Amino acid sequence: MGLKNKDLLGMKQLTPEEIMEILDTARMMKMVIESGNKKTTHLQGKSIVTLFYENSTRTRLSFELASKYMGSASANISTSGSSVNKGESLLDTARTIDMMGTDIIIMRHNQSGAPHFIAPYLKASVVNAGDGMNEHPTQALLDMLTMYERFDTFEGKKIAICGDIYHSRVVRSNAIGLTKLGANVSVYGPRTMMPIGIEKMGVTVADSVIDCCRDADAVMGLRVQLERQKSSLFPSVPEYAKFYAITKEALAAAKPDAFLMHPGPCNHGVELPTEVYDCDQSVINEQVTNGVAVRMAVLYLLMARRNEL
Amino acid sequence: MRLILTNCSVLGKETRDIYIADGKFCEAFGEADADRIIDVKGALVTPGLVDMHVHFREPGQEYKEDIGSGSRAAARGGFTSVCCMPNTSPVVDNAAVVRSIVKRGKDVGLCRVYPIGSASKGLNGEELSEIGLMKEAGIVAVSDDGKPISTAGFMRKVLEYCADFDVPVLNHCEDKSLSGGAMNEGPVSTSIGIRGIPSASEDVMIARDIIIAEYLGLPVHLCHVSTKGGMRMIREAKARGVRVTCETCPHYFTLTDNYCENYSSNYKMHPPLGTQEDVDAVIEAIVDGTVDCIVTDHAPHHQDEKEIEFSLALNGIVGLESSFALAYTYLVKTGKITLDRLMDLMCHNPSDILKLGRGGMNIGDDADLAVFDIDNEFVFDKNKMLTKGRNTPYDGWKLYGETMLTVMGGNITYEKLC
Ligand SMILES: [Zn+2]
Repeated sequence: MGLKNKDLLGMKQLTPEEIMEILDTARMMKMVIESGNKKTTHLQGKSIVTLFYENSTRTRLSFELASKYMGSASANISTSGSSVNKGESLLDTARTIDMMGTDIIIMRHNQSGAPHFIAPYLKASVVNAGDGMNEHPTQALLDMLTMYERFDTFEGKKIAICGDIYHSRVVRSNAIGLTKLGANVSVYGPRTMMPIGIEKMGVTVADSVIDCCRDADAVMGLRVQLERQKSSLFPSVPEYAKFYAITKEALAAAKPDAFLMHPGPCNHGVELPTEVYDCDQSVINEQVTNGVAVRMAVLYLLMARRNEL
Repeated sequence: MRLILTNCSVLGKETRDIYIADGKFCEAFGEADADRIIDVKGALVTPGLVDMHVHFREPGQEYKEDIGSGSRAAARGGFTSVCCMPNTSPVVDNAAVVRSIVKRGKDVGLCRVYPIGSASKGLNGEELSEIGLMKEAGIVAVSDDGKPISTAGFMRKVLEYCADFDVPVLNHCEDKSLSGGAMNEGPVSTSIGIRGIPSASEDVMIARDIIIAEYLGLPVHLCHVSTKGGMRMIREAKARGVRVTCETCPHYFTLTDNYCENYSSNYKMHPPLGTQEDVDAVIEAIVDGTVDCIVTDHAPHHQDEKEIEFSLALNGIVGLESSFALAYTYLVKTGKITLDRLMDLMCHNPSDILKLGRGGMNIGDDADLAVFDIDNEFVFDKNKMLTKGRNTPYDGWKLYGETMLTVMGGNITYEKLC
C-alpha cells in the first residue's frame, strides 16, 4: 500500500498499478467529500506546505482543502515570478521549508523539472502541482478519475485532446497516464502549437478537430493562452475559434455517450463555444470535485508509504 | 632547464629519448648536464595540444575562471596552447584588453594564451571592432562567440575587413530567431517539457556562412558544429572548394539529448546535445576529414549558475581536462581514426588555421609536448580538476589517456607523479 517513490513528480514515475491505486483510493475519498462530515484523520499530525511560484486559484485551493479535510496542518507560500530574481534560490527556499519539519511540499513552478531538481535534496515528499510545460500529474489523475467513474477499463478507449498541445503540461501528464493504462490518445491543435516528436509519447496526431474527436469516448479541450497570439502561434481569436475550437459538430463526431472535459479555466468562445461548455455531455464541474478527491488520495498514499518505512 | 625524457613512445611510432634545453628540442646531451631526467616508461608522447576555443573568463568574471586556473586546467589536459574567446567583461574589442590578456598569460606561464578579438564592438553585432590594432597587439582571430555574427550583411563586412589583415573569422552558428530553447528540439524535449532548439537554427547559420564565404572567395571557420545537416553542408562546400573549416567538441561525439532527461544542467550547452543521428554524423565527419579541429569550448561557470532549474542554468561545460581522454577513448581506441589524425585535429590543424606555428617536435622547435598513459583505464573525477568550474558531465567516466606530464617551452607545466 502506498506509493513506491518518496515524491510524486509526474505520471512518468508512476506504474499502472500505482495509478489504479490512486484512482481507487480517490473514489473512497470522494465519499468523504460528499458526506456531511468532511473530516478524516488520515493526515493528522502531518505538516503540508504549498509553495506556488505561479498564480493558481483552483489547484491551490483544491490541495488546501484536500489536506484540511484529512486533518493536516498546512501553510502556504506564494511568490510570483522566478525565485532567482527574488534573490533566494529555489533550493534554499525548499531546504528551509524542509527543515521546519514539513512532510509534504506541494510545488508549482514555471520551470520544467524544478520539482525534480529539488526533490533529491529534501526529506519531505514533493508533489508536483505543475512544472512549466512538463507535467501536472494530479490534473491528469483527476481527469482519469472522471473517466474511470464512467469506464470499467481504460483499455482501448479513445481520448481526444484538442488545443495548445505544445505548452500544455496537462496533455503530457494525460498522454503518459492514459497510454500506460492502454487508452488511445489522439491530439490536435495548430501545427505551431504541436511539439515535434509528440507521437513518440504514444499518441496519435489527428488531421482536424473532427478527425481527433471521431469515435472518441472522451473529449478534452485545453485552455489557449491568448498572449500566444503575440508570438505568431495563431493569428486571431475568431480564426482560432473557427478552425480549432471543439464545436458541436466536432463533439457529435465522438461516440454518443462521450463526455467533454476541460482543465479550466476556460476561455468561452475560444477553445469551447459556450453552448458546448454548458451542454449535457460536459462534466467540467464534476472534474473540480474529483480534483479534491484525487489530491486527498495522493497525499494519503504518499504518507502511507512513509508510515511503513 | 635542461630536461631528458627517457623511453618516450613518440606518437606511438618509435621509442626514444627526448632532450630539451633553453625551451627547445635539442640534440642529445649527457645525463650529467641534465637538471632533470624523467623516465616516462614507454608512455605516449605527443606535441603539446592546441585548443582554439576556450573561455577563460578574464577579465571580469574571475569567479568562474581566470587565466591562472584556466592555464592549469589546460596543462592538466595536455594543452600547451589555447585561444580565448572575447566574451569577457569588458569584451576583448580593443588592443588594451588584448595586451593585458597576453601579459597575464605570459606571467602565469603555464600555457601559450592567444586572445581572440571580438568581431563587433562590445559584441553589438553592428560596428567593427578595431581588428587591425588588435592584430598588432596579438589576436589570432576574431569571433563574437557566445553569439553568432548577427546579420548576413555584417558577416560580409567582417570577412572582407579581416581579409585585409589576414585575421581568421570564427563564427558561432545559431539563428537566434529559431533558437530560444534550452535543449535540442525533438522527442526528448517534448517529453520532458523543455523548450526546444531546432537543429535548423545551427544549419541555417552554417548555410548562410558558406554562401557568403563562397561568394566572396574568403575563408570562414565554423565553431562547435554539432548537427548532421551542418556536417553535410560543410562536406559539400569543401568538395567544391569553398574555404570553410570547422571544429567540433568531445560532447558532440560522446553525448546525446537523452542525457537531458533528468534535467541536469551539466548536459546544457550551446549548440545543444543532438540525437544519436547527429552523434553518428559528427563521428563520420571526423573520420572523413570534414571536421578540421576538436576543441573543448571550455566554459566554466559557478555552481550558482549551473545547479539551478534547467532552463535558467547557463550554457556550457568545462572540457580541457577531459578532452584528450574522451577523443582518445572514443575515436582512436575504437579504431575510428589513427593517432596521427587525432594529432591533426587537436594540434596541427588549429595551429595551421590560426597560423600559430605549433606542433613541431624537431630539433630547434619550441619544446611543447604532452605525455599520456593510454594503456591504463582511469576514472575521471570532477573533484580533481584544476579549473574553477565543476560543470562536467563526465564525472565517474572510465577513460584512457590520462595526462602524465605536460611541457611548454621547455618547462614542466603539469606533472602527475609517475
Ligand atoms: Zn559558441
